[in-house]
Amino acid sequence: MSAVLTPASFDELAEAVRSTPRLLAIGAGTKPRLSSVDAVKLSTAKLSGISEYDPSEFTFTTAAGTPVREIAAALAERGQYLPFDPMLMDAGSTLGGAVASGLSGPGRFRFGGLRDFILGVRFVDGTGRLLRMGGKVVKNAAGFDLPKFFVGSLGRFGVLAEITFKVFPRPASALTLRLAAGTLDTAVQILTEAANSRFEFDAIDIAPDEPGVLARLAAPAEALDPLIREVFARWPGEALSESAAETTWARLREFHWSDPNTPLIKVALSPAAVVPLGQAAQSLESTRMHLSAGGNVAYISLGATEQATELDERLQKLSLSAMSLRGRAPLWLGAHPRPAIAQAVKQALDPTNRFPTLDN
Amino acid sequence: MSAAVLQRLAATMPPGRFLQRPEHLAAYESDGLTAFRARPAAVVIPETQEEVIALVRFCNAERLAFVARGSGTSLSGGSLPVAGGIVIALNRLNRILKLDPAQRLAVVEPGVVNLDVTQAAMAHGLHYAPDPSSQSICTIGGNVAFNSGGAHCLKYGMTSNHMLGIKAVLATGEVVEWGGPSRESVGPDWCGLFTGNEGLFGVALEITLQLLPRAECFHTVLAGYHTLEQAGDAVSAVIASGLLPGAIEIMDALALEAAVAAVHAEYPPNCEAVLIVELEGPREVVAADRERLDQIIAASQPVEARPARDAEERTAIWKGRKSAFSAVGRLSPDFIVQDGVVPRRRLGEALRRIGGMSREAGVRVANVFHAGDGNLHPLILFNGREEGALQRAEALAGRILKMCVEMGGSITGEHGIGVEKRDYLPTMFSADEIDCMSRIRAAFDPLGIANPGKMFPVSEAPALQHHGLHPLEKAGIISRE
Repeated sequence: MSAVLTPASFDELAEAVRSTPRLLAIGAGTKPRLSSVDAVKLSTAKLSGISEYDPSEFTFTTAAGTPVREIAAALAERGQYLPFDPMLMDAGSTLGGAVASGLSGPGRFRFGGLRDFILGVRFVDGTGRLLRMGGKVVKNAAGFDLPKFFVGSLGRFGVLAEITFKVFPRPASALTLRLAAGTLDTAVQILTEAANSRFEFDAIDIAPDEPGVLARLAAPAEALDPLIREVFARWPGEALSESAAETTWARLREFHWSDPNTPLIKVALSPAAVVPLGQAAQSLESTRMHLSAGGNVAYISLGATEQATELDERLQKLSLSAMSLRGRAPLWLGAHPRPAIAQAVKQALDPTNRFPTLDN
Repeated sequence: MSAAVLQRLAATMPPGRFLQRPEHLAAYESDGLTAFRARPAAVVIPETQEEVIALVRFCNAERLAFVARGSGTSLSGGSLPVAGGIVIALNRLNRILKLDPAQRLAVVEPGVVNLDVTQAAMAHGLHYAPDPSSQSICTIGGNVAFNSGGAHCLKYGMTSNHMLGIKAVLATGEVVEWGGPSRESVGPDWCGLFTGNEGLFGVALEITLQLLPRAECFHTVLAGYHTLEQAGDAVSAVIASGLLPGAIEIMDALALEAAVAAVHAEYPPNCEAVLIVELEGPREVVAADRERLDQIIAASQPVEARPARDAEERTAIWKGRKSAFSAVGRLSPDFIVQDGVVPRRRLGEALRRIGGMSREAGVRVANVFHAGDGNLHPLILFNGREEGALQRAEALAGRILKMCVEMGGSITGEHGIGVEKRDYLPTMFSADEIDCMSRIRAAFDPLGIANPGKMFPVSEAPALQHHGLHPLEKAGIISRE
């Protein structure tokens, strides 16, 4: 997949859109299934850099092609962060790609996902106009919330040029615990109890091929010790060393656990659906699952491409919706309603279908 | 609307749920923004989702304008009726359909009152985070339509950040369902787009809300300052420290005077400003954070700092704060409240300029605001019986809004554009951007029948008239924030 258009300014971006009848923007290509569609590719690689960052405002604005890694480093320098643990950061994921794919990591459990931190966008619509929606301040209720709509919209409604986000101060310290659980049922029970507990966990995940629940606490250092003692009294387990914790979370964030050659699928679910989904995954040979955000999202790495059909059927029965990030599976799996309004909004933003539709 | 259409509409509703007599319509003529008033042709009161769907489809077939309404607490005139159209009053769709403590969510109908969600959730140690000041009366449907905020937005966000799913009937008559029990989704965030649509897309029928565990422990400090600027500097110091308080609020001298008069709140003497900062979380975390906060406040040279020593003192602090709005009614027969946002670092400058504009115009302004997120709430005081007073107040409000945009902020943080600020939409968005929003609006509502006249600038604005305080406001039930 070779990118043919590489605009280096917002004007060039708008011009590229106007002069190309069918195109799709791509970032670093870390979720290749989302852009494997017949269209001229527009790379945002040259639309990069943080244009505004004022730590006292808890906001920053960057060009869409800016690598998330670069943003995270700039924020860390000032003791701030994006609390939702952006996925595939080490793989080079861009912020625009993160928005378009709508992926959030384990940290979305505590304060919300990417959708809860996006404040404003500049984008080029299907008619080639560079438009600004939302705002640059942490609170704003003016106009329709198109910035949120762009989260997960896969570049099918416009090309993101610039994005404004809210950030939070990074907690002084954090500790990752592995709480013992012999079965998925027990793990889900711990996960549910932990999510409702007084501890305010930062992340609650169940890693693939690993017994137990991964729970992260973020708090001032002096508060961690007494909290952990109580946590372990309730759910026995162990604390991970700093380096082990970093490795553990990086492996999940970067999908290092998954098979690079077979489909990787994101499933939106709620804790009540974890066990049935787990059973469905287990019945497919060599299929593995990472359960994240307190049981609200599952990533499934299929044992073989052909298993996509069966997973799709299982998901439909469970009324769960899913999307393929990698591999040769259909883009959408499971429940996938297509209301008439979706087509009407596509027409409003992209009347000539300059960008591919959501169908593929 | 023709009499025949009205008659057919009446036939779809049992008696008592179709209001047409002037004395019945009067209660619906206005909302929290009392300066505007319009008489609908009828008010219909559905009791089920099916009835709402049928009503919207009827309106679609007849090209009849409708305004969905909850408790009518909008401060931007968002639920102002359309003359000749109908009002769909949703108060009887007030069932909490599901409360699922294990998954921390509630499924509610649009007429459920905001605070009732938290009260139902409390037994399970949970709460619904968005807390607009009118939360004891405003409905979730209205909160969704206007993406309502509250005092805890910096840390917890607004209504849209707590919506997991929605079932709605669009103005076209199509019934859609987006999201559900999951906190995650795949595909475009339709739920996010629907929230804050100001009633221009359709009517919410069923909303899935996320609930959060109630914080175990709070630490609330009230600090008085000689100047507003010092209070603003204290906010900056708190933010720079890396703390993430649940709420940071400021009241100025005039607002303090009102709170004292209304609820006998006690504040440190000779203060131009009072700052309220609240930490929350597990007790060990709050204990560690409060030490840092107390040091920061002590270093900010307050006249006096008063940490709440118990739950009672905390309640008293918030009572003074939350009463400030209705209390302003004691200082002035009328007021309008603005809702602009400025970057936090420019709060001091914004307040100085508001003070200057206030003196220049000879119109008093009290300030109560969410300092943590830069959301101002200037209360512009006037006497509606004075010739031209309302117009002077509105003119000042307009200057304040323009200032907010100039400073890189927004004309509304949580009240929405509504009727009140529609003419200021072009100060924030270009003609192309407004055109883009109009096209999206037209996708949801090609006939322009859902809450027309809101958000977008129109040529024929209804004349500004003075009508005094809202009856519920006079009774102290609602406040404008």
